[in-house]
Amino acid sequence: MPTVTTGSTTGRTSSRSEPALSTTRRWGTLAGLAIGPVLVLSVFFLLPVGGMLARGFWPHGRFDLGGALETLARPRVHRVVWFTLWSSTVATVVTVLLGVPTAYVLHRLRFPGAALLRSAMLVPFVLPTVVVGVAFLQLIAAGGPLGGLHLEATPTAIIAALVFFNVAVVVRAVGSSWDAVDPRPGQAAAALGAGPLRVFWTVTLPTLRPAIVAAASVVFLFCATAFGIVLMLGQLRYATVETEIYQRTTRLLDLPGAAALSILQLLTVTALLLLAQRTGASRISSSGTTTPPRRPRRTDVPAVAVTALVLALLALPLGSLVLASVRDGDRWTLANYRLLTSTGGKNALLVPVTEALANSLRTAVDATWMALLLGLMVSIVVTRRSHGRAERRVKAGLDGFFMLPLGVSAVTLGFGFLITLDRPPLALRDSPLLVPIAQALVALPLVVRTIAPALAGIDDRLRQAAASLGAAPWRAALTVDLPVVIRPLLAAAGFAFATSLGEFGATSFLARDEHPTVPIVIYRLISHPGEHNYGMALAAAVVLAVATALVMLVVDRLRTARVGAW
Amino acid sequence: MHLQRALVASLVLVTTCSMAACSAIGGSDEPTANETTGQIKDVVLVTHDSFALPKGLIKKFEKDTGYHLVVRQNGDAGELTNKLVLTTNSPLGDVSFGVDNTFASRALDNHVFEAYDGTLPAGADAYRLEGSDQVVPIDTASVCVNVDTAWYAAHQQTPPQTLDDLADPAYHDQLVVEGAPTSSTGFAFLLATIAAKGDGWQDYWTRLMANGTKVDAGWEDAYYVDFTGGGGKAATRPIVVSYDSSPAFTIDQASGKSTTKALLDTCFRQTEYAGILAGADNPAGAKAVIDFLLSPQVQAALPESMYVFPVADGTPLPAEWAKWAVQPTSTLDVSAADIDANRDDWLNDWTDVITK
Repeated sequence: MPTVTTGSTTGRTSSRSEPALSTTRRWGTLAGLAIGPVLVLSVFFLLPVGGMLARGFWPHGRFDLGGALETLARPRVHRVVWFTLWSSTVATVVTVLLGVPTAYVLHRLRFPGAALLRSAMLVPFVLPTVVVGVAFLQLIAAGGPLGGLHLEATPTAIIAALVFFNVAVVVRAVGSSWDAVDPRPGQAAAALGAGPLRVFWTVTLPTLRPAIVAAASVVFLFCATAFGIVLMLGQLRYATVETEIYQRTTRLLDLPGAAALSILQLLTVTALLLLAQRTGASRISSSGTTTPPRRPRRTDVPAVAVTALVLALLALPLGSLVLASVRDGDRWTLANYRLLTSTGGKNALLVPVTEALANSLRTAVDATWMALLLGLMVSIVVTRRSHGRAERRVKAGLDGFFMLPLGVSAVTLGFGFLITLDRPPLALRDSPLLVPIAQALVALPLVVRTIAPALAGIDDRLRQAAASLGAAPWRAALTVDLPVVIRPLLAAAGFAFATSLGEFGATSFLARDEHPTVPIVIYRLISHPGEHNYGMALAAAVVLAVATALVMLVVDRLRTARVGAW
Repeated sequence: MHLQRALVASLVLVTTCSMAACSAIGGSDEPTANETTGQIKDVVLVTHDSFALPKGLIKKFEKDTGYHLVVRQNGDAGELTNKLVLTTNSPLGDVSFGVDNTFASRALDNHVFEAYDGTLPAGADAYRLEGSDQVVPIDTASVCVNVDTAWYAAHQQTPPQTLDDLADPAYHDQLVVEGAPTSSTGFAFLLATIAAKGDGWQDYWTRLMANGTKVDAGWEDAYYVDFTGGGGKAATRPIVVSYDSSPAFTIDQASGKSTTKALLDTCFRQTEYAGILAGADNPAGAKAVIDFLLSPQVQAALPESMYVFPVADGTPLPAEWAKWAVQPTSTLDVSAADIDANRDDWLNDWTDVITK
């Protein structure tokens, strides 16, 4: 693509003397960094999903769109698509509106317990849907504490639950970007007489916009592909595209219909990503400077109030969960916790919950390093300064490409694994690596969305300055990029770890049974009758929550340990 | 200064990651028996999520037969069946357990199984799928309406007895059921009503809905949240669709009696089958697994491991089961072929009725 060089360097000073050579090298570097992640995604995502789509569109070995088109023409499907779109949009907007002030309070204000709250925020993110569903239902059921609100089988209940699961995404992604915002423009604006609100609106918000848009698009995808919670809280009055695909694939074996809906999902995701790129693509420079969090002031009251609301929304179902796990009828007891070392009331499980927890932690470590490695490569590729339109397009395309796993049904992916990764050289469907890889792919967009905005915020001139002072590329990366990226990197590690701990959709299709993870075990316990199974499921959920919070606390320690040094 | 700390932090991260990575990948990669000895052969059992058996029994099987049993769980019965159907040209294992009578004919039509020529224990023949020697009955359980007898005693009301009672205004707002498309329990109950009411089943469901019936997504929310006998604090409904074995799990500690009972005129029988997968690598091992599942020890372990009844006559039941889990003598049945032919239509019609 020789045209790339001509329209590229728009008057910017460049240290490169031979444009042709540097173009080749640039594309080479880009390809070198991108090839690994692209290959992984192709084998573990494109191939399986493509395999399922092919089965749907070539039902009897012949290309036939009849079944697919018939599905798309059904009024019920139109209702389902419409509900998916509007409920996810509303849930995303609410999540952002609640999440941004909460990010501010938990990340920019100094008060006792802030660190604990920050790590506790991620707990809902890892809890199995079925446990949270039961906790929500017990709150809003006619005889429950919130029964008077008549929330049963309403979209409000579904949206509240979606916010519950996803608010941590916004808080964490936006919060860690907020930590890295250069405070000086804001201080300058304040010195010139702008009030705090005006500073936020004209200076801080535009700086945070990429992070907010990135978090919002991830949240939207999570909401749009939410599955169990919609069924449980909607009590069958509401269905989403995801639930339709599940039903067509696992009940009716209507693969043409499922394929049609999967294509619809893919198109929606692509449209969303294009939109996000339009609104989110702005580059405002931020250096490694930051101010430590400060004490709350009177002007922080509204933000603190919103945070309190969010915490209440999170605490209510969690609290009732913890309470129920230590009750047996009218007695207080730790019996449910003691049983966790056993295989259930009477061998309900193949392995004790404690062993499942060890599996979960091990798998999460693998998934985390895989996601970080891939995520870092992708982030570097997509944020490197583009020289020309073609390069920019390719990078934008890559960026979107890695978001796709979030927008596609776990059922389609899980079934796809079975039918495509079944023979050499890709006889991988029984490989123990499949679970962490699948989880890493789910976490990848979160990782990229957390790291990329920070990388994008680095002024390329700093790297050029370093280079002209004689620093080798690795040295420039170490001194320029690393200090800015280290916090988001740790935040991303936390995200990836939590994603892996809580991941159920893909894992349930892949987990090898001698090595189940905790969410799988909880699901098995709660969905089968048995004397202690329900109590054990609750206790296991609490243990998972505590383990998550502890890990997040450690990660946060690492992340904030250096605040004083700056 | 800060750079150094950042470096240390990332170094710590990378080291922990890589160290734990070794342990993780290494740890989860259990050496299979044939890797270690080169003698013992794997036999792969493809089953559903509810599969569980005492470890001791599995160890004994491995010792007796010399096979190493690998268990792969694949969702519920529906998911399992569809996965088996989609992988007929490269089967997921050697033998399958868990396809039930609501999905069996789909599996048979798609030639998932090979014939099993072993002998069945006495009594098991009664549960055979008509005209098939490919699927072997292993266990059975019936989906029945359950009532909270303690609640009715406390409210001085007579509990309902029949399907028609459920539509009686005396039991307004008392029934909670599971969704037929989202829960296999719910689908079984729909089949019971279709068997009982024939073409009038949609009218019957219209009457149920008019009588304040609540539809939950799954068994767990119906039983644990809404059913008064399931322990939920917010529960208000004393009638639920559950199993004939459920009363064995609601024993009151003080009186030693069950606080719930199953209505035996409202039941649909589910039978779970095992079969040798066509194209299996290890058909001899597959047959050994089926023989194992039919053995007296496994049959006796079924109630407490998987909450189902054995199919072999004379299998001793656990004490609480013998006393409180009463099986129906006759059930409301729909043939496997009818179920497969009409599933899509019935589910669509049902959804229309309940969302009206």
